Amino acid sequence: MTRLLSVNMEATVAVILFGVGFTMLLLHRNLIKKIMGMNIMDTAVYLFLAAKGYIDGRTAPIVVDGIQETSAYINPVPSGLVLTGIVVSVSTTALMLALTKRLYEQYGSLDLDEILILAKEEEEKRT
Amino acid sequence: MSIVQNFPFFSIILAMFSGIVSSILPGKRARNVSLIMIAATTALSFAVLCFCIRTGESYTYMMGHFPAPWGNEIRAGVLEGLTASMFGVVMFLSVLGGVNYTASDVERSKLNLFYIMIDLMLSSLLALVYTNDLFTAYVFVEINTIAGCGLIMIRQKRKSMSAAIRYMIMSQLGSGLFLIGLSMLYDVTGHLLMSPARESVARIMAGESYVIPMLVILAVISVGLAIKSGLYPFHYWIPDTYGYATPTASAVLSGLVSKGYIFLLIKIFYRVLGENFVIGSHLINVLYCFGVAGMVMGSVHAIAEKDARRMIAYSSVAQIGYIYMGIGLGTEQGMVAAVFHIFTHSITKALLFISAVGLYEVSGGRTDYHSLRGAAYRNSLAGIGFAVGSLSMVGFPMLSGFISKLLFAASALRCPGKMLPTIIVLAVSTTLNAVYFLRLVITLYSRQQGSEKDPEGEAKERKRPASGKSSWMLRLSILCLIGLNLFLGLMSRPVIQAITDGLAMFD
Repeated sequence: MTRLLSVNMEATVAVILFGVGFTMLLLHRNLIKKIMGMNIMDTAVYLFLAAKGYIDGRTAPIVVDGIQETSAYINPVPSGLVLTGIVVSVSTTALMLALTKRLYEQYGSLDLDEILILAKEEEEKRT
Repeated sequence: MSIVQNFPFFSIILAMFSGIVSSILPGKRARNVSLIMIAATTALSFAVLCFCIRTGESYTYMMGHFPAPWGNEIRAGVLEGLTASMFGVVMFLSVLGGVNYTASDVERSKLNLFYIMIDLMLSSLLALVYTNDLFTAYVFVEINTIAGCGLIMIRQKRKSMSAAIRYMIMSQLGSGLFLIGLSMLYDVTGHLLMSPARESVARIMAGESYVIPMLVILAVISVGLAIKSGLYPFHYWIPDTYGYATPTASAVLSGLVSKGYIFLLIKIFYRVLGENFVIGSHLINVLYCFGVAGMVMGSVHAIAEKDARRMIAYSSVAQIGYIYMGIGLGTEQGMVAAVFHIFTHSITKALLFISAVGLYEVSGGRTDYHSLRGAAYRNSLAGIGFAVGSLSMVGFPMLSGFISKLLFAASALRCPGKMLPTIIVLAVSTTLNAVYFLRLVITLYSRQQGSEKDPEGEAKERKRPASGKSSWMLRLSILCLIGLNLFLGLMSRPVIQAITDGLAMFD
């Protein structure tokens, strides 16, 4: 068991990091920390992908010195997926940060529970 | 190769391109572009449906220059064509019906942004329906989330901001799980395209290796998509989100977006993991239990609501529960019933949200039960629309809700272990549905006490000048949605046949 975990060290670390990020995004009350959790979660997935695409003793799939055989290079697909994933997570992070800024301007707080209570009170005042 | 085979790609790219063009157009033009585009993509999807029914088989369409195991693919069959056309129709009618309300809810200078979000939403929904590649599905899931969040927050009033952040957080949890599930699946199978991945999964299953990883993949992907579609224990973002967005956004989000994720889940079950593995694992029972719990708890929450919009939103929780219950039955009939209920619910929910717009218009824009009293007399067509939608949700014969309940019950009868709980919960949930929907319908059709109604109501009506002038759009969309509901209820046989054929084509 321990041996398997240490052989797949990158995957183990990635899953632990994913758990940390997921829990932060789910349970933390502070919005900024939630966004940080989201980023940790996404980065963990990229670590997982990059580790799985790496083949021991090979190099990045960029042709130098005229070597053309595929056996010289690592699997390029996971790297491509990581790039796409980074683009996606940057845009969602930007959107979340913009929303957080608007919420802070509106309610003067970064605490999601407090914001929800304030929003509810505002709603009750209207009706 | 027939020209029709290009249409799925055309419809996705058309929707995305009109979103880009709309960014430099003024609001009204953007709206017209959006409406024309939705109509055009619906026609294209319908052509795909007819083509697939005629040829009787599905086809894959190569994107780019790399053939199957490496490149990207689109796949179209009867079920994809049918779902895409249905999504297009519902989207068109929701946008058309909510036009005036959208124009008054959204800042003038930002109106085109709303329609950009609608365009992107449709494009991502179509891509989710048609794609044959798992990572493309993930990217479009994210586009869908961002567009959905935009649709919620563009109202910028009251609780819509906090609703948007909640929606975003829950969606991110869901897509994070979905992404790690995909990565693990890629790790185990070495493929991202659905068909080669399916072959690898079959080989792995036959060799009985990777038992636990496959189970984890199944669980993580199902839970991720269940969070995003708002299955019961993960439903807390639903009432605020659907309750405080503009009616068009609510109709689109509850009628289409959650269905897009469920459709993707069904597709992954059938086309990647294989239905034998999915049914053989016990996870399907978990989905079943959550679905059953959602059917009851969603209705209980809805009964407690005093606001019409939030009540309709909570009823979505119950209806999503029905769909997951159908998937959880683990039989072919159960799946057919679930897909049929996807159509029923998207049409009926759009009808409810849109006809409720007509009722708020004549009640001074207020949405609580008290103000809506007697609203059906002030706007008779909207009242009829709302009554039809409610009866359909309750399961009144002739309407589509009846057929889906019948299908659920019939499929439960062939499922020995789950027969009794399914039938009991169906009965309980139907009764609860009747309690809250009919209570609102009766409120709508009860005369207001005294004569204080008219002066105030009419004064407020005049404040919304657009409502009198062009409410033909609202009327038309209510009429069409009622017609569709009756169509699904009275002539369900061809639709059920198409769903059965489409599911058979998934293999």
